[in-house]
Amino acid sequence: MIPLLIYAAIFVASFLIVTRVIRRAARHDFTSLKTVTFGDESAVVSDRWASVISIVSIFVLWGMFTGSALLPGFLHAPGPFQGVATFEYTAQATNGDRDTATVTVLVHPVEQKVENPEVEPGDGWARNDSATVGMWRSGLIRVDRNDEIGRDAGARVVAVNGEPIGPGKSVATRFGRVGMSPKGTLNFEPSKGWQMEPIWLPSPEAVVARLAEIAGAGFRGSTLLEHLGYSLFRVVVGFLLGALVGIPLGYAMGLSNWFRGWFDPIVEFMRPVPPLALIPLVIIWAGIGETGKIILLFLAALWIMAIAARSGVSGVSISKVHAAYSLGASKWQIMRHVIMPNSLPEIFTGARVAMGVCWGTVVAAELVAAEKGAGMMIMVASKFQNTDIVIMGIILIGVIGFGIDMLMRWAERVLVPWKGKV
Amino acid sequence: MSGLAIENLSMRFDLPGGGSVQALQDVSLHLKEGELMSVLGPSGCGKTTLLNILAGFLAPTEGQVVMNGHRVTGPAAERGMVFQQGALFEWMSVRDNVSFGPRMKGMPKLDMAEVVNHLLEVVGLQDFKDKAVYELSGGMQQRVALARCLANDPDVILMDEPLGALDALTREKMQSLVLKLWKETGKTIILITHSVEEALLLGERLLVMAPRPGRIHKEYRLPFADLGVGADLREVKKHPEYAPTREEILNMIWNMEEEIMGRVEAGA
Repeated sequence: MIPLLIYAAIFVASFLIVTRVIRRAARHDFTSLKTVTFGDESAVVSDRWASVISIVSIFVLWGMFTGSALLPGFLHAPGPFQGVATFEYTAQATNGDRDTATVTVLVHPVEQKVENPEVEPGDGWARNDSATVGMWRSGLIRVDRNDEIGRDAGARVVAVNGEPIGPGKSVATRFGRVGMSPKGTLNFEPSKGWQMEPIWLPSPEAVVARLAEIAGAGFRGSTLLEHLGYSLFRVVVGFLLGALVGIPLGYAMGLSNWFRGWFDPIVEFMRPVPPLALIPLVIIWAGIGETGKIILLFLAALWIMAIAARSGVSGVSISKVHAAYSLGASKWQIMRHVIMPNSLPEIFTGARVAMGVCWGTVVAAELVAAEKGAGMMIMVASKFQNTDIVIMGIILIGVIGFGIDMLMRWAERVLVPWKGKV
Repeated sequence: MSGLAIENLSMRFDLPGGGSVQALQDVSLHLKEGELMSVLGPSGCGKTTLLNILAGFLAPTEGQVVMNGHRVTGPAAERGMVFQQGALFEWMSVRDNVSFGPRMKGMPKLDMAEVVNHLLEVVGLQDFKDKAVYELSGGMQQRVALARCLANDPDVILMDEPLGALDALTREKMQSLVLKLWKETGKTIILITHSVEEALLLGERLLVMAPRPGRIHKEYRLPFADLGVGADLREVKKHPEYAPTREEILNMIWNMEEEIMGRVEAGA
């Protein structure tokens, strides 16, 4: 909730600063002269400042709430308590006699092994105690354990730091909360602060460090490149096979009544079936190896490419075909020189969709079962609470997906320059 | 027999919802080689159907089209076609569009380059040879379409409202170009148009068609096309016969439209 509020605050503040201060005098282009911009789609352009601040603030928030060393300390959200905490307790014996003693607790990082701090026993029948508790954790402390009149002798703790306490109640101290269990044992819970524990959300530098480690040493017997490479390899092979079968199928459906009639029901039925729903069947039939994955991706790409090619053929304006015929072209020449180039824009749109679907499907299929692959990597890591690997994997999967789309767009620009210009 | 003979052409087809349409009824016509004919008529008079039959894209239900002694059964390179718009191949450069016909026939590259260069010069696009067609204006695109059609050296050129989508000024220039090409190449040209002025200027013969069923209503023989070759078309319009003929045809078409409206109202 708090991060969300901070995020909203950054959004509003940076908007005001950029639009009021920085932008004031800068623009003199045509759009800046428009008086009607609300509702004019062409006047809405993605603001570079907003994009930069948006990305930066996500990382800053991430750093703030994980205590990242990349950020100066004053930006950190309040961290969990670490160090030596003390509080006093007051015990009352059966005869009404009261005595006070100090408890010293060492709050330490969870992965560190520590000894109880040394303390003087102190005077009176209640003796000073010492204990250790991990950060973000809590610990029961039997303070009467070393007292001369303990719980067995009828003594019970009645106050902490002078404030009365009883079973089920608690007292707030400077270092955290001291509660009492129903049986009368004190429970010390050092304050957690607002930062996230690394097992839920590791800091950015921890993720980067893990990236370096896995890139070098590997994860589960394969390097990072191998994991990603396997996923990409499956996508590329599956997509190519799908395109190789799907495009001719789509052409046939666009050119022949019989093909259209024969395959339309199949294609129209298979199109809305999410490829993910096929995973169980493919695993039953082909196992969890490469064959199964490639069959799945082939099926994911096939229908999309067939439909794209079909609509590419249907999209040929009849006057182009007529023109080619009256210029003396044969059927094959019309196929080669008119129908195929004319369907390229549609096919590219289909290919972009298919690559996106394939990438999503391969990760999902690897989540279910695989020996290598990006999806397998994050799934196994999550089972061991390696949140840093999970986050790293998700970021890499996103980056690769984005890269695939960029590559397809570039290829489209180069190969189909006339798209959208006719 | 040389030229283009249209013999008792009728065209009737069933509608999906029942009933049928008589698109053409008993149309007969003979065009000599090198004649320029414009076809005019209200929408639904079957002029596009007639052109599609001539091109070989449609088969008539009765009658036949005979060209240079043989019967037309399908599209062929001897009957070139120029469409209104969007019939250029935008994945090819201007040069490749123009050379499409010769290339399909397997003409040697050198001859092809000569043909292309010559025709682009004729239509005034020699500097746009390597441009993509989507970079050209509408008028230039229609110039490419004309050159592409001529590159194939057809005997007859069928034009389906080739200037319909152009602005008035460009249209006037293109009308002069069509006349120039007609005179220089000596091709037989049939031109369909919605514009009475264009039909008058671009027709030695002007055919007015009537709708429902599509049929020939009246034919004119006009001097304006000959006068217009190489001349200012605005001067041609000052010819004493021009304005009366224009009025007559406009009234004729106006009456046809009225009749259709009346029939629709009576039916309803």
